[in-house]
Amino acid sequence: MKKISLISAIAFAAAFSAGQAFADDLNVVCSNEQDWCDLMVNAFEGETGIDVSMVRKSTGETLAQIRAEAGNPKIDVWWGGTGDPHLIAAAENLTQPSGADTSELLGWSINMAEISGGKTVGIHAGALGIAYNADVLAEKGLQPPVCWKDLTDPSYSGEIQVANPNSSGTAYTELATFVQLFGEDEAFRLLAEIGRNVNQYTKSGSAPSKAAARGETTISIGFMHDMVKLAKAGFPLKIVSPCEGTGYEVGGVSVISGARNVDAAKKWVQFVLSAKAQSRGPEVGTYNVPSNSNATVPPESPDLASIKLIDYDFATYGASETRARLLSRWDEQVKPVGR
Amino acid sequence: MTRTTGLWLIVGMAGFCLLPWYAVDSGFWSFLWLNNLRAEENAPGAILLLLFDRMWLSPTLGALIVSAAANVMIANSVIRARTLVGTAAAGLLLTALQGLIIVRDGPVLLPGLLSSVAGTEGQTGFGAGAAVSVLALLFVLTTSISALGKGRGDAFVIGLIGLIVTLVGVFVFFPVAHILVRAFELSDGSYALSGFLPRFLASDIWGLGCLIGRGYCGPAVNSVFLAVMTGAGTTLLGLAFALIFTRTQFKAKPLLRILTVLPIITPPFVIGLALILLFGRTGVATEIFANLFGVEKTRWLYGFGGIYLAQLLSFTPIAFLVLIGVVEGVSPSMEEASQTLDADRWQTFRYVSLPLMRPGLANAFLLGFIESLADFGNPLVLGGNFNVLSTEIYFAIVGAVADPAKAAILAIALLTLTLGAFLIQRRWVGTGSYATVTGKADSGRHAALNRTVRFACYATALPWAAFTAIVYSMIVFGSFVKLWGYDHSFTLDHYLRAFAIDFSRGIRWSGVAWDSYFTTLTIASIAAPLTALVGLSTAYLLVRQKFAGKNIFEFSTMLSFAIPGTVIGVSYVMAFNFPPIELTGTSIILIIVFVFRNMPVGVRGGIAAMSQLDRSLDEASITLGANSFTTVRRVIAPLLGPALMAALTYSFVRAITSVSAVIFLVSAKHNMATSFIVGRVENGEFGLAIAYSAVLIVTMLTAILLLQLAIGKRRLRRADRVEQIA
Repeated sequence: MKKISLISAIAFAAAFSAGQAFADDLNVVCSNEQDWCDLMVNAFEGETGIDVSMVRKSTGETLAQIRAEAGNPKIDVWWGGTGDPHLIAAAENLTQPSGADTSELLGWSINMAEISGGKTVGIHAGALGIAYNADVLAEKGLQPPVCWKDLTDPSYSGEIQVANPNSSGTAYTELATFVQLFGEDEAFRLLAEIGRNVNQYTKSGSAPSKAAARGETTISIGFMHDMVKLAKAGFPLKIVSPCEGTGYEVGGVSVISGARNVDAAKKWVQFVLSAKAQSRGPEVGTYNVPSNSNATVPPESPDLASIKLIDYDFATYGASETRARLLSRWDEQVKPVGR
Repeated sequence: MTRTTGLWLIVGMAGFCLLPWYAVDSGFWSFLWLNNLRAEENAPGAILLLLFDRMWLSPTLGALIVSAAANVMIANSVIRARTLVGTAAAGLLLTALQGLIIVRDGPVLLPGLLSSVAGTEGQTGFGAGAAVSVLALLFVLTTSISALGKGRGDAFVIGLIGLIVTLVGVFVFFPVAHILVRAFELSDGSYALSGFLPRFLASDIWGLGCLIGRGYCGPAVNSVFLAVMTGAGTTLLGLAFALIFTRTQFKAKPLLRILTVLPIITPPFVIGLALILLFGRTGVATEIFANLFGVEKTRWLYGFGGIYLAQLLSFTPIAFLVLIGVVEGVSPSMEEASQTLDADRWQTFRYVSLPLMRPGLANAFLLGFIESLADFGNPLVLGGNFNVLSTEIYFAIVGAVADPAKAAILAIALLTLTLGAFLIQRRWVGTGSYATVTGKADSGRHAALNRTVRFACYATALPWAAFTAIVYSMIVFGSFVKLWGYDHSFTLDHYLRAFAIDFSRGIRWSGVAWDSYFTTLTIASIAAPLTALVGLSTAYLLVRQKFAGKNIFEFSTMLSFAIPGTVIGVSYVMAFNFPPIELTGTSIILIIVFVFRNMPVGVRGGIAAMSQLDRSLDEASITLGANSFTTVRRVIAPLLGPALMAALTYSFVRAITSVSAVIFLVSAKHNMATSFIVGRVENGEFGLAIAYSAVLIVTMLTAILLLQLAIGKRRLRRADRVEQIA
């Protein structure tokens, strides 16, 4: 008895008395690529002398964590990841206005701040695109797609992979893009027709391009910067910017409501919006388009000027009513035609 | 006066008067709080009460003082015990209540009434002082209950029950309740029973569309089908391996041993990736088959087939670890008796050995079943359009449309399935006796397997072992090439990036992986022994003791295992981010989540092994004057070698390889290897991720081999012999 109780007493005491992890000056959750996160943390520490604790988590996981921690957050600032979850967090008052200076920023970035009441600011943009595995495409003797509508071609039967918009923000952006490009009814007709060629609706938004890179599928739909990265890694992936035009996402940075280190968090926001910081992306292979108009754009990144971008309506298509309506229609009309 | 009670009261008093009541920011073990004990945040309960007017701490002190007085003054032992039960229970209840009601911002209930007593100030999370005081009161309570004659008056047993019930309550029920209650939430944020049933029984969970050839089956149906297949498959493979080890004279046993444990020590996505590179549409095996036989390259791997293969690979070792001890424990005397009575080897195996293995088979199946239900990594990578509950739950929490109510409902569906499996398993094992380790002279030889069974075992296990070997050599290969699957030129870059050491100015761990590697190893080494201790203690209570509510208790210990890691992770954040127990951002929350998530393996393995130990062994020990603690320590524990080994191995490895539960719990200071690896995979850096995985695999293998050496082999009989086959 004594031994077990003693051991458990020690465990218990240890359990209740361990150090808390918020003694640092700034706690950052980063939803960008690991190397980009590390680089910015080092640069920020060097410039401001503020000690940063950073952990990398995916966008959806971060939002779930911020929700669960609401009221007593352990995170000060959330940097990176697609814009929709940042906007949702803003709408749920999980984040607070950062008061960042937006004068040097591009229109789509300021737009993001305006929609959210200043609670989140756009840091980079990424356009949607189509990718295909050149080796497999040649082996199958197929023509490369050029437009969204090409994807309805029956010769691509079972060759296309795209994520499920119920679980993936990437796929939701695609759905909303179609609706904005073609009008709602036509969009769903096209999506259902493409659905006949889809071999799998993946859960994660970046999975289709990874599968296309390895030849597990021939064609994928996703964000171009993910595709660029895979192509740079050496996979035979070719990227197509659809002829009808395409939608895009804007990554955000937000200060958490009730953050313990608000001042440092605001400094972080200002820092990652600066031209100097944003110009360093290519050092670690980040090919997003930066939001600061004075930042240098990496030559490899998809050139937003040469891509036909639609005037993406974040306010309408980010709203939860629109989202619920479009998704339930997708469940009814698009998903069942898949194999 | 009762001595044990007195001792615990002294411990409780010391905790209240000397240790900081609240969690200390700098960490308890830094002992920085010793410098300034009178600061509010470092002060023990006594000082808070005297100097800071924390009147709500007085019930704790009151309970300790009144109990001490009762312990000394009341002479009649029954009245004394009754009084102590009352005072200790009241003290515990009030301490818990004040912690729950008065939070960081002041009282949450009846603020008007309470702020006159408590003021409007709040308090932070419990610390060492609170923990020790609460624990002391708990043991005073259990000791007094045993003094009333409950549980045959055994203070050790009652204390252990009290402790485990409390721990499971606090670290399983309390957090899980936070998320399950969401199942009753309506879309407007209010709660009602009415919304639950229609959503729970909806066809998008239980739909049978695929059976009638139209559309999809519900994820619950898919999950059950997969889980039954996986449970059966892993049990069969595990049994085949266990029989080869104990009943044959197979030459390469050590090699086989390594192959059987390899899969559990692999981060799940690695198996998925290896399978894709073998059997995917452009996989090596697929290419070979396509070239040789003109088989069309298909995507069969993505869906049921792929998940099933990956799960068999991942979970067979668990079945094996449970079964090896049980198969070994079956007494040779029984088999010899059978053969003396003129049964042939097949009859002996079929009618004597196999029925005696029933608890092992049942527990192995149950573990396989539950593991499959809760498995998240394999369905995510290989699922295709085959939806299962665990991934649906994950995306209901983190997906583009977050729906906690749906996640909770799916989690309840999953729990229902687990409960069903658990009840069926109980029925099947029944109440028969499986005791074969009796302490009586037992020097026979294990019956060899008959020809057919032996060859069946070889035919099942050996190709499987070869398959495992191929998968793992591919992983090692993948870590040494530039781009696995495309550019196979040799490189050490991945290892250098992850594990470089800079010797230029002393030793500097410059690789990017070192940080999370050290954290992971530390946490796993702390969690493993605690898990084994809690798990085996629980098994001991379940097999050897009788007490009210035992069935519910048994099921509740399975709860944390059966719930997908994502749900556990989120519920831990919801429950332990706020006072009274504030643990998020610490390493402790990681240790606790591992202990309570993995303890069921200790419990199941322990139950299977202990069912074989004849009660006469305990009785002999007790008759000779030992108490139940000594009996556990000197008689039962040494006979539980394989179960202990299984629990330690499993919990150590699981702490290193589990993904979904820790995603929400890791923090900047305490990042885990898997979370690091998953991040790299998301980023497309497969080489680095695989190199890291390979290093983890080698680390775990070394640890397991060391453990095996340390624990040694239990000696059930003078020599374990297998009948020679002429």
